[in-house]
Amino acid sequence: MTSSESTDVLVVGSGFGGAIAAYHLAAGGARVVVLERGPWLNGEDFQHDFNFGASSTRIFDFVIGDGMSVLSGNCVGGGSVVYFAAMPRAPRFVFERTGGLGRRMWPAAISRESLEPWYDRVAEALPVTRQTWDTVPFAGGLFGAVCDHAGRTANPVPVALDQARCTNCNWMMSGCRFDAKRSLLLNYLPAALSYGAQIRPLHEVQHLSRTEDGGYRVHYSVLDDVDYRVQVDSGTIDAKLVVLAAGAGATPVILQRSEPTLGPMPNAVGRYFSGNGERLNTAIFDEDRIRDVLGLSRPDGVPYQAYQIGKGPCVASWDRLDGSLPEYERFSLEQLYFPPGFGTILAQVPDTVGPTWFGAEKKEILRSWQSWLTIFTMSEDDNEGVFGPPPETGNAIRLSQQMLGRGPLRYDPTENTRRGWALSDAEVRDILERDGLSRVMPWTNDVVGAYTVHPLASCRIGDDPRTSALDDRHELRDHPGIFVTDGSAVPGALTVNPAMTIAALAERAVPGIVRAARERGVDVTYGAPAPDGGTSSRDAVLPLVSGLLGR
Amino acid sequence: MPGEMDADQARTMALEAYADTILPGEKRWPGDRAVAGVSQGGGAVASGALEVLRSAEGGMAPALDALADALNEHARQYAAEAGIELDHDVPPFVSLDYPNRVRLVQRLTGRTHPEREAWISVAMFSTIAFDAAAHTHTVEALAAGHPGLTTIGFRPPDSDGLWRFDSYSYGRQLARPHPHTTPSGSPA
Ligand SMILES: Cc1cc2nc3c(=O)[nH]c(=O)nc-3n(C[C@H](O)[C@H](O)[C@H](O)COP(=O)(O)OP(=O)(O)OC[C@H]3O[C@@H](n4cnc5c(N)ncnc54)[C@H](O)[C@@H]3O)c2cc1C
Repeated sequence: MTSSESTDVLVVGSGFGGAIAAYHLAAGGARVVVLERGPWLNGEDFQHDFNFGASSTRIFDFVIGDGMSVLSGNCVGGGSVVYFAAMPRAPRFVFERTGGLGRRMWPAAISRESLEPWYDRVAEALPVTRQTWDTVPFAGGLFGAVCDHAGRTANPVPVALDQARCTNCNWMMSGCRFDAKRSLLLNYLPAALSYGAQIRPLHEVQHLSRTEDGGYRVHYSVLDDVDYRVQVDSGTIDAKLVVLAAGAGATPVILQRSEPTLGPMPNAVGRYFSGNGERLNTAIFDEDRIRDVLGLSRPDGVPYQAYQIGKGPCVASWDRLDGSLPEYERFSLEQLYFPPGFGTILAQVPDTVGPTWFGAEKKEILRSWQSWLTIFTMSEDDNEGVFGPPPETGNAIRLSQQMLGRGPLRYDPTENTRRGWALSDAEVRDILERDGLSRVMPWTNDVVGAYTVHPLASCRIGDDPRTSALDDRHELRDHPGIFVTDGSAVPGALTVNPAMTIAALAERAVPGIVRAARERGVDVTYGAPAPDGGTSSRDAVLPLVSGLLGR
Repeated sequence: MPGEMDADQARTMALEAYADTILPGEKRWPGDRAVAGVSQGGGAVASGALEVLRSAEGGMAPALDALADALNEHARQYAAEAGIELDHDVPPFVSLDYPNRVRLVQRLTGRTHPEREAWISVAMFSTIAFDAAAHTHTVEALAAGHPGLTTIGFRPPDSDGLWRFDSYSYGRQLARPHPHTTPSGSPA
């Protein structure tokens, strides 16, 4: 092999886990290279277009597995570029879950309380703000109104969104054209670049091996910028320390593929995958009932017909986030928009003896698409996902030039998971079908299995080496110098949108990574302000980490 | 007679009939056989299902001939089992009436069918032709009256081809917040 390039820290993936680590390490003085398998798009590159090859397919990844399909980002900025920017913190009880282990799933060191200062860091950095009802789109308002009508509460969710710039176009999944969504392209990543970090798009990491000096060699392929099935080049980079943050659908696959060169992986690598207990129901509303029962009408007099208008999920109902309820019976409900294609194929026809997800009656319900409302359940699943042997490259066999692949994840929902889904289906129906307001059906799991936009836990932190791949500082057991900071580190389902928690855990992991880098001879310090220079949340965490950093 | 019909034509008709089973449309012309004509307005075929299936981007193209042949073979078997007499002027799947096409598609996409992933893929591509017009630019598809986007009532963009909704909110509080909401706006 020809001589390999070298750096201090190599970061795999540029989503929440990757961008946050890259920023702090670069700001602290380390040489940082970020390898990202997807392309690098900004502002005007994001198109309002469902055409194959537009940003909607370039930056998106949809991997069909056995019983579970995973949707995620595929670009610089990762999931933050395609996501809906709902950023709640996880409820207190989540950190006390046992998840069938007979002991707490989370490391003893982490609770909602102890994570709060790290959540604050993320909130300052993106930033995340509270939403008010006057910026909630019609769909969120409708959900709020039906919840209220059914005696439930409903909250506008905290978001990483600049409301003044938002046009409510609902093209968020194709990237935000108007820079209203506060993705990582607008905070952590430009700040990392300003401190000298390098980001290399279309660089897909395949496996790791060891170098003689105790570091790691990272092996990557360079992908064609249109047809991701084609590799145009390959190479290696040596690093003293590696941060893996390829997302919960990809990080364990890289580690599995590295077993021949790195040696055995901890048992929990590629196991305990959680889809965040995700489940979707679609309600088809009767416009007259919206007016007559709820008294709602838009300024132009139409009751609703506004599924297309908005900015993803804006209103959630948290009545079932009650820590006194049994595990697996707690969930949140959130109003959601999914664009046509993804958002229509799995929706089912109510009350039919014919096929539910295709056919003549399916076409009939599509005629009232503007009167649809999709409700998103995030419940407690059983960490039942397991990755089979890795594909030759990446985390899937790519079927299309972009976006669509077939991956090795297997997910067979347990009774616990199914019970949570059934309870939430019943709750959604109870709330939304009252007084003839709508007809509700869950999305079918018979077509591509269950599905998730929130892959988690496939390489998780914990105190028990048998059931966790990482220690509570996010270091891979038996492989010092490899850290994992993405969604795969989260121990289990969170019952709310996960990015805020993924990001807070990454923020929390950074001081430990800085310390490990120093021990490996990297000249780096911890203590960067927020990407825009804000210092209040930084000043709040410094006393917490002074012991760790030996100050 | 399939013997006389060009093999490519027979395959196209079979795939069209499959796409039309997923999201049906009205006949494109009197005597249209591939489209069963069980629904008003254009369906997946008129929306471009074959273009989407054949696109280089989609990745299905190399498998289509084999799939069309397999579909006709499945239809032949299905007809034999069900005692249905096939009309030899058209490919076997096209010869089935709509309810029988539906039953066969249910079988092919059923949990245990060995080819289910392929048939689900064809169904997915038919669906995204109908409601996303994935083979063309969305703005152009809408301007040209694309049947699927028109059926779902997808609203048009501003004159610069971008979507903006000036009127978007009921503008008032419509529910009580959860009593334990924390100062950051999150659940407790
Ligand atoms: C449509 C959609 C909507 C969502 N909405 C919300 C929401 O409103 N709120 C919320 O909290 N969460 C939401 N999520 C989930 C959220 O985006 C993820 O939880 C979050 O991005 C995960 O962060 P991560 O760091 O684990 O990984 P990611 O953000 O997925 O980043 C991983 C990165 O690694 C790259 N990568 C993968 N493999 C390799 C490789 N081999 N080599 C190099 N790079 C690689 C990927 O391309 C990606 O950029 C949504 C997700 C989707 C898909």
